[in-house]
Amino acid sequence: MAIIEVEDVARTFTVRRKVGRLKRERSEVRAVDGLSFEVAAGEMVGYIGPNGAGKSTTIKMLTGILVPSEGRLRVAGADPSRERVRLARRIGVVFGQRTTLWWDLPLRDSYELARRIYRIEDARYRRNLDRCIDLLELGPLLDVPVRQLSLGQRMRGDIAAALLHDPEVLYLDEPTIGLDVVSKNRVREFLAEINAESGTTVLLTTHDLTDIERLCSRVMVIDHGRVVYDGGLEGLHNVGGSERTLVVDLAAPEPDPISIPGARVVRMEGPRQWLAFPATDSAAPLVAAIAARYPLVDLSVKEPAIEDVIARMYGGGTTEGERSLEGSVAGA
Amino acid sequence: MAESLSVPPPWYGRTREALRAYRLVAGMWLRASLAYRTSFWITTVGNAVTSLLDFVVIAVMFQHTTTLGGWTLPQVAFLYGTSGLTLGLADLLVGSLDQLGQRVRDGSVDTVLVRPAAALAQLSADRFALRRAGRVVQNLLVLGWSLWELQLDWTGPKLLVMAVLVVCGTVIFGSAFVAGAAFQFFATDAAEVQNSVTYGGATMLQYPPSVFARDLVRGAVYGIPLAFVNWLPALYLLGLPDPIGVPGWFRFASPLAALLCAAAAGLAWRAGIRSYRSTGS
Repeated sequence: MAIIEVEDVARTFTVRRKVGRLKRERSEVRAVDGLSFEVAAGEMVGYIGPNGAGKSTTIKMLTGILVPSEGRLRVAGADPSRERVRLARRIGVVFGQRTTLWWDLPLRDSYELARRIYRIEDARYRRNLDRCIDLLELGPLLDVPVRQLSLGQRMRGDIAAALLHDPEVLYLDEPTIGLDVVSKNRVREFLAEINAESGTTVLLTTHDLTDIERLCSRVMVIDHGRVVYDGGLEGLHNVGGSERTLVVDLAAPEPDPISIPGARVVRMEGPRQWLAFPATDSAAPLVAAIAARYPLVDLSVKEPAIEDVIARMYGGGTTEGERSLEGSVAGA
Repeated sequence: MAESLSVPPPWYGRTREALRAYRLVAGMWLRASLAYRTSFWITTVGNAVTSLLDFVVIAVMFQHTTTLGGWTLPQVAFLYGTSGLTLGLADLLVGSLDQLGQRVRDGSVDTVLVRPAAALAQLSADRFALRRAGRVVQNLLVLGWSLWELQLDWTGPKLLVMAVLVVCGTVIFGSAFVAGAAFQFFATDAAEVQNSVTYGGATMLQYPPSVFARDLVRGAVYGIPLAFVNWLPALYLLGLPDPIGVPGWFRFASPLAALLCAAAAGLAWRAGIRSYRSTGS
């Protein structure tokens, strides 16, 4: 059952720009444009895209902070913008760059406030807090004023604060930004555990693809306000024309690059040559063709780095986005 | 059946929830401020002293004259005390709202909007600071001295008008803070406009209406109804003739003015929040 439904959602902003000394020009920017997706209860979805792609705008609409210009959203059966306060009890939000904790007070006090604002029953509060303290190792931090916590400790504290009221949906906007490797791992393990144990639906935006690799079976790539990819992480390789690399070690250095159809040499170093070929092609016929013409010593195949795949995708999305923008201007 | 009869209207529940959220958030700020005890006392005393200086100015004026616009020093002190007291109470309760522009700019309004409580209640309680009570206490002292000197004949109606004055004055100034904050959703550096109404208005109300130009006073009656904070009720309480030239029942119309101000501020706030949620700036 879908717990998040987004249907043809658009969000336009009016931007005023100075033109000359006094004149100002108004222009419309479509931050999100024709966005549609569904997330099933209990899913953990990575939501990625370049800066300004519309990730934060989407999260803000899903929490009810922003009202959509067009389209329909439903989260846990509620219309976020109309039922903001009611929805707030059923969702948890962590803004990675902005803490909701009380700067000058011990961490514990922020949790006490959440208990009272959300009216969490004592037993449930105790249980949830104990679990967070245990899994996020918050015990020694509870009586420390938040301003004295490190970034990683504060993030763990923020995530715990967002989960005390048992939200059905948890939004995480850059939860690992600026954290060291140890803190990142602890946060990831915790999120996986929460998702598995409580069935909390998680939607997270990130620039760190390791977050996605470790946590999400599904990834949505957004660019220019549209979903350009929605599926498993492995599937990303098959789209956007990504390439695998065949590394060939020859018996002796060749003066010229290996020349065979279906692949091209991207690098040469003594007897070793690197050949790029489409990720969707099989490596076997290439290996056979090379072995027939050159004395081979060794070879290996390298999968494309996911960062490169996505970078290529963003590049591809640009032209498409521009085209759609032109289309909408012409339509208006 | 009895239960369904006692179900309160929805606005009652919402107001109670909002006040509860206000209390909770204000309580947190109160505790946070105690983390810096020395600073708390220094600023509290500092606030009281700076606002007392205003009164010193008035007292010095009376060294050279016995009346100001036909009002004696205790009578002017009454205006001074009531104006400062009501502004002080409004500032204590919702004064933090004038920092809203800053919160809009740094985006922290978002963290308020994801909590299950009214945004106005949470933002009014933001940075709740008891040190603002310094102004209240200092003005209460001046008001106390004024009432002591005036030796008013406290009948029941006069006591009622006095209580209504304090409540309605606070509501009128509070509305100015809320409306000013609402405007900051559109222009994040608009706090000065609201300051001219609240702090500027309160300074004006420290002096008798008779020392001001007629048009300014009429503006304070029919425009931004600051005259209903203390000028008009004071005419009744102190038994003075009307220098403004308004209907006699205006002296008792402060609740009506306060209600209108609160309604206008409420509408402005809703428009502000709506604009924020549709621009997300």
